[in-house]
Amino acid sequence: MAIPLSYYVTLSAIVFITGLVGVLIRRNIIIILLSVELMLNATNINFVAFSHHLHNVAGQVFVFFALTVAAAEVAVGLAIIIALYRSKFSINVDEFQLLKW
Amino acid sequence: MLYILIPLLPFAAFLILGLFGHWIKDRAHLVAVPAVGASFLFSLFVFAEVAGGRNVTIPLYTWLTSGDLRIELSLYFDRLTVVMLLLVTTVSGLVHVYTIGYMHGEKGYARFFAYIALFTFSMLMLVTADNFLQLFVFWEAVGLCSYLLIGHWYERKSACDAATKAFVVNRVGDFGFLLGLLLVLYSFGSLEYRHVFAQAADLTNDTINLLKPFGGEWEVSTLTLICLLLFVGAVGKSAQVPLHVWLPDAMEGPTPISALIHAATMVTAGVFMVARLAPLYNLSPTAMDVVAVTGALTMVLGATIALTQTDIKRVVAYSTVSQLGYMVMACGLGVYTAGIYHLLTHGAFKALLFLGCGSVIIALHHEQDMRHMGGLKGTLPITYWTFVIGSLALAGFPLTAGFFSKDEILIGAWSAGDLGKVLAVAGLLTALLTAFYSFRLVFVTFWGESRVDRHHAGHVHEPSKTMTVPLLILAVLAVVTGYLGIPEFIAPVLPSPAGAEAHHGGSAAHGIMTVATLLGLGGIAAAYHIYVKSPGLPDRLAQRWQQVYRLSLNKWYVDEAYDATLVRPTVRLADRLWKSVDVAVIDAAVNGVARGIGWCGWILRLLQSGQTQHYALGMALGAVLILSAYLLF
Repeated sequence: MAIPLSYYVTLSAIVFITGLVGVLIRRNIIIILLSVELMLNATNINFVAFSHHLHNVAGQVFVFFALTVAAAEVAVGLAIIIALYRSKFSINVDEFQLLKW
Repeated sequence: MLYILIPLLPFAAFLILGLFGHWIKDRAHLVAVPAVGASFLFSLFVFAEVAGGRNVTIPLYTWLTSGDLRIELSLYFDRLTVVMLLLVTTVSGLVHVYTIGYMHGEKGYARFFAYIALFTFSMLMLVTADNFLQLFVFWEAVGLCSYLLIGHWYERKSACDAATKAFVVNRVGDFGFLLGLLLVLYSFGSLEYRHVFAQAADLTNDTINLLKPFGGEWEVSTLTLICLLLFVGAVGKSAQVPLHVWLPDAMEGPTPISALIHAATMVTAGVFMVARLAPLYNLSPTAMDVVAVTGALTMVLGATIALTQTDIKRVVAYSTVSQLGYMVMACGLGVYTAGIYHLLTHGAFKALLFLGCGSVIIALHHEQDMRHMGGLKGTLPITYWTFVIGSLALAGFPLTAGFFSKDEILIGAWSAGDLGKVLAVAGLLTALLTAFYSFRLVFVTFWGESRVDRHHAGHVHEPSKTMTVPLLILAVLAVVTGYLGIPEFIAPVLPSPAGAEAHHGGSAAHGIMTVATLLGLGGIAAAYHIYVKSPGLPDRLAQRWQQVYRLSLNKWYVDEAYDATLVRPTVRLADRLWKSVDVAVIDAAVNGVARGIGWCGWILRLLQSGQTQHYALGMALGAVLILSAYLLF
C-alpha cells in the first residue's frame, strides 16, 4: 500500500518549519546555515513526492538542481562564516549588525 | 539683393564680432566700418531707385501661418524708408569711425563694435518693416541694444542702474505698444500695414466697451484706442513726458552711443512710428490731440531743464528730449513732413553736438562737468567750430538746417487750428529757451577763463583724425540738410489729416519765421550777456529765482516723484512679500515637506536593526501573509 501524499507534505511542512524557526531564533551562524539546508531539503521532499504522485519526472530533475545549488551555497556560506570569524573571533549572529542606521 | 544687403551687412559684422571678438580685439573696426560703409552706399543706390517713384517690397520669408493670419518678414522701401535708411547708415557710419578714436584701447572694444553693428541692423529692419510685428520685434531689439550699450561700462554701478532704468521705463511703453498690436490684430485680423490702412476707414465708427469685464459701460473708439496704445510705446521709446526719465540717465553710456542711439536714431523711432502709421492716426482726432499735447509738454519741460544742468552731456540730452517733443508735436498736429524733416536735420546736428561733447570729454580725460571747462576754443578749434555750427542749427539760426525744419514745424502748427496756434506759441517760447541753453553750453565750455583741472590743462589737444573727420562731415550735414528739399520729397508718402491743408508762404508764415529768428537771436544774445559779459550774474539770478532754479536743476522732481510713488512702494511691497509670502509661505511649505519626509525617515529607520534575523522574520511573515491571502481569496 502506498503512503498517501498528505504524509509527505506534512513531513515536508514540519521539516520546513523546523528550518525556518532555526533560521529565525538560533544565534550560531553554522546552525542557521544548517537550518537553511533543512528548508531546502523540505522542498526537495515535496518535489519528489509530487513527482511520484503526478508521474512526472521533472520534479526529480529539480531536486538535483536544488541539491547542486545547496552544495554551492554551503561552500560559499562556510567561506563567509570563516571570514566573519576571522574578523570578530565569533560566529554569534548578534554581533554582526554593521548594516544598521 | 542690394536691398537685402543693407540690413544684412551690419548683422554679419555683428555675428563675426560677437563670435570671434576675443580674437579680433583691436581690429574690430576693420570688420564693422566697411560693413556699415557698404550699407550706406547701397542705401544711396536704393534711394536713387525709390526716388524715381518706385516703392519696393521684398518678401524675405513667411514667419508664421496660423489660420488666416500670415506673418511675413519683408523689407518695404518707400520715400519715408529711404530717408530714414540714409540717416541711420550715415550717422551710424560716422559714429563707427568716431568710435575708433573714442574707444581706442578700451577693454570692450570688439564688444562695443558688435553691439553697434547689431543696433544698426535692428534699426534698419525697424524702418523697413512692412508689418506691425516686425516693427515691434525690432523695436524691442533696438531697446535691447540701447540697454547693452548704456551698460557698456558695466563695472560702474551708475551705468548699470541707468541701463536698467532705460530698460524698465521702455518696458512700460512697450507694454502699451504690445496691447495696441493685439488690438490691431483683433480688429483688423492682419498685421500688415497695407491691409490695416486699407480697412482703417471702415472702422471709424467701431467702439470697444472698456469696462465690459467689470459690467460697466465705457465705449471708446477702437481706432483712438489703438493709436493711443501704440503711442504709449512711442512715449517710452522717444522719451516723451512722462516716460522721458530714462534718456538723460542713458548718458552713462559711451558718448558715440549717445550720439547714435540716444539722439539721432533710436529715440526717433517713436516719431517714425507715428508718421508711418499716419493713415491710422489721421482717422482719430482725439489721439492726434493727445500726441500733440504730449509732444508740446515734453518740448517745454526738456528745454526748461536743460537751462540749468551742468553736465554737458545732460544739457544735450535734455535738448534731445525737447527736440523730440517738437517732432512728436508736429506729428500730432498732422504736419508729419515737418516732423520727419526735423527728425532728419536733428539727427545730423544732434549727433554732431554729442560727438563734439565726446571730443571735449576725451580731451579733458573724462571730465563732463561744464564748471570745470572753459576757454577751450583756442586748444580745440575743430571741436569748437563744429560745435558752434551744431548749436546754431539747434538754436534755429538762419540758413542752418535747424532753422528750416523748426520753422516748418512752427508754421505747420500755426495753420493747424486753435490747438495748433497755442502749441505754436509754446514752440516759439521753447525756441527762445533752446537758443539760450545751447549757447550757454558753448560759452561756458569754450569761452572765458579756463577752469580745467591743473593736471590736465597742459596737454589738452584735438583728438585724432578718426574723431575730427566725422565732426566735420556732420557739421556740413547740419547745414546742407536744410537745402535738400526733404519736405517736398517725403510729402507724397505722408498723408495729411482730412481738412488740414498747409498754408505755406502766407503772411502768417513769414511772421512766424521772423519771430522765431528774433527769439533765437535773442536767446543767443541773452546767453552771451549772462555768461560772457557779466560773470557772477548767473549766480545772482539763481539766488533771485531760487525756487524756479531749483525746480529746473532738479528736473521738475519727476525722478523724485516716481521714486516716492512707484519705486519705493514697489520695493517696500516686494520686501514685505519676500518676508511674508516667500519666506513664511513658499519657503516654509518647501522646507516643511522636506522636514516631514525627514521625520518619516527617522521613524522608519528604526526598522533597520541590522540583525539579519529580523529581516528574515519579515520575509517569512510576508510570505505567510501573501500565501494566506492567496489561499483565502
